[in-house]
Amino acid sequence: MAPSEKSDKVEKTPPVSEKAVKPKAKKDPRDNLFKPEPKPLVIDSSPHDSRTTNVPVIMWSVVAALIPATVMAVVYFGIPAIQLIIACVVAAVLTEVVINRIKKEPYTIKDGSAAITGLLLALTLPPTLPVTSAILGSIFAIAIGKQVFGGLGFNIFNPALIGRAFLQASFPVAMTTWALPFKGFDGISAATPLGQFKFEKILTSLQPLITGNIGGSLGETCVLAVMAGGLFLLVKKYADWRIPLSFLGTVFLFSGLFWLIDPANYANPLFHIFSGGLMLGAFFMATDMVTSPITPKGSWIFGIGAGVLLVVIRLFGGLPEGVMYSILLMNSVTPIINRYTRPKYFGEVKS
Amino acid sequence: MRLLSFDHGVHPAEYKSFSSSKPIEVQPLPNEVFVPLQQHIGRPCEPLVKKKDEVKTGQVIGQASGFVSSPVHSSVTGVVKNIGFFMHSMGHRIPMIHIERKGEDDWEYLEKPDDWKSASVEELDKVILSAGIVGMGGAAFPTHVKLKVLPEKPIDTFILNGCECEPYLTCDHRMMLEKSDRILEGMAIAMKVLNVKDGFIGIENNKKDAIEAMRQRVEAGGYPFKVVPLKVKYPQGAEKMLIKAIVNRKVPTGGLPGDVGVIVSNVGTVHAIMEAVVEGKPLVSRVVAVTGDAIQTPKNVEARVGTPLKSVLENCGGLKENVTQVIMGGPMMGFSQFDVSIPIVKATSGIVCSGLTSEVAEKVYPCIRCNSCVTACPMYLLPNRLSRLSEKAFYEESDQLGILNCIECGSCVYVCPSNIPILQWLRVGKYKVNELKRKQT
Repeated sequence: MAPSEKSDKVEKTPPVSEKAVKPKAKKDPRDNLFKPEPKPLVIDSSPHDSRTTNVPVIMWSVVAALIPATVMAVVYFGIPAIQLIIACVVAAVLTEVVINRIKKEPYTIKDGSAAITGLLLALTLPPTLPVTSAILGSIFAIAIGKQVFGGLGFNIFNPALIGRAFLQASFPVAMTTWALPFKGFDGISAATPLGQFKFEKILTSLQPLITGNIGGSLGETCVLAVMAGGLFLLVKKYADWRIPLSFLGTVFLFSGLFWLIDPANYANPLFHIFSGGLMLGAFFMATDMVTSPITPKGSWIFGIGAGVLLVVIRLFGGLPEGVMYSILLMNSVTPIINRYTRPKYFGEVKS
Repeated sequence: MRLLSFDHGVHPAEYKSFSSSKPIEVQPLPNEVFVPLQQHIGRPCEPLVKKKDEVKTGQVIGQASGFVSSPVHSSVTGVVKNIGFFMHSMGHRIPMIHIERKGEDDWEYLEKPDDWKSASVEELDKVILSAGIVGMGGAAFPTHVKLKVLPEKPIDTFILNGCECEPYLTCDHRMMLEKSDRILEGMAIAMKVLNVKDGFIGIENNKKDAIEAMRQRVEAGGYPFKVVPLKVKYPQGAEKMLIKAIVNRKVPTGGLPGDVGVIVSNVGTVHAIMEAVVEGKPLVSRVVAVTGDAIQTPKNVEARVGTPLKSVLENCGGLKENVTQVIMGGPMMGFSQFDVSIPIVKATSGIVCSGLTSEVAEKVYPCIRCNSCVTACPMYLLPNRLSRLSEKAFYEESDQLGILNCIECGSCVYVCPSNIPILQWLRVGKYKVNELKRKQT
């Protein structure tokens, strides 16, 4: 206690001595302890300490983690990319506001979850998609994918993927028309590496797959940018590392199995890992906290299941790509996974 | 070397530096004390004194009623002023004996054997019972009950709990530094009563000086104990977690450490055993860490049981203006107080005066199923699910999911990004489930 501090306090309140305070102490024993005036103490039940991370911090960190992929989308695809991204994010946030108004609840746009949905949806769209379709998809994602279930934390499916599934069903041609980076969109339609392999058996080499100089959705082509953001999430522990690891690992092993059997008809496992939307899906969509299992064992099952489904769709399905459906299908079984993977509690005795 | 630990748990900020370097100071004798008749788990005591009776320091003033109960002693020499209901740290009034001090201590010592090494277990047991010793880590379970070995559950290991995993608290740390020999002797007595050979001393690795001091004294005294440094993690000092960390045994659900042959005791408790058996002093004082950012001079004080909180705070220079909370115990499991006239009791390990708590409740977001609480829960429960179930009054389902295993450590609330009062809901659920079970039987 520095002397200067003490004199400071004496100025504000009369000097506190045992005798002077005693009669007062009966009324409120705290009177002489609070200087200059008594202030009620905060009462709550334990614990009284808590970590500072909260939901908005997590959500905006996910947005931040998507920045590298977003920047690369703009670099590769130019103005149309900017248009799509802005349209999707704005439509998602506005839809959230409107529904908040209809439901007469406080606005929830500050928590950042609507912005993520819009941005993620934009990054899964082909660059040639008309802006109006993208806006429709964004509205559908928030309204039907999220708010119908009760808003943040209650949805069963990843809202961005619901929006994309809606667009895939509504505009099948526009959703499968691709363009190459830096080329403009003057009627020349390109194919994604997965499509090229599936329909023409042309294998794209690894280097363009990783840098992203290929046809594909806005945010999925540059695998490096997606991985950088994903690793940031894992380091910050805002995503469960088990899911991307088991998802990618399963795809690698399962597709590798077919490649070993028949290398002429099946692409090598590295091609499968780095092509299409797998990285974006594994790091940003499968790890969506709300729609993935809460138990550690469940996370493994979720990732492995999604990996198996993806390989089956890619190799034997009618579509060249299956990240969206594999994750949505696993979302639908997440409640069951949670139920059957309850961890054994500490010292649980078999009865 | 890899430090031993349990799985799951959290890492709260430690805040130990406020008082960890402050030597234990003896609090001046208080002018009046309020001795609660119940300072332990079990049945309350029956008062043995009347108004205006003169009492000596160490005189029994409350008699144990029943086996799971523990006597209380006068902590000063003086006159009984009143026996009535006074405010207690749990937030309600309980019977206490109000004693006004008259002069210095005039001790009334316990009957004790001359040398504990040659004394019989029954004799030692009697001393521990009559000294009113309870678990001083916070739970306040009567120690003589804990040390009673049942023939069907043999005990082979004794663990001394020096973890002090709660943030802020430093009383056990200082005791291990300053009273190591006394603690070790107390531990030897407890182990003689239990007739066990293996003794471990578990200390979290953020108290390197205490580990060193205890190692030295163990060697110097020729004790067969092992000092085990443990990973710094909350709740390392919870009985079940500590047993898992040190001897890798899991206490079965609903069971006690005795079921796996282990007894865990706090540093303060064995120190009290030593004082009783060797010096004949009943448990009338304890070391309390007075700490936090809202107290003028943080200290570790040795205060008499029943000393009003107010006099302890005044001895430490009073509260600062920024105080928002006064917590009895640690910030993770302690009780926040609104009235500083309450007394220090046998289980009070610290008083945390915090200015960090905001007066505005934090915004609660919906659960985003981030599974932070699932990976934090040391009991491997699903806190978010259980909290939702008890919020919606599905008590039978929460019982099936093991809600009664919750040890109320607060790890789930600590990590929750949505600020959901998970533990508070779990407490409601536990209460209701217990009520249902009582009705059934």
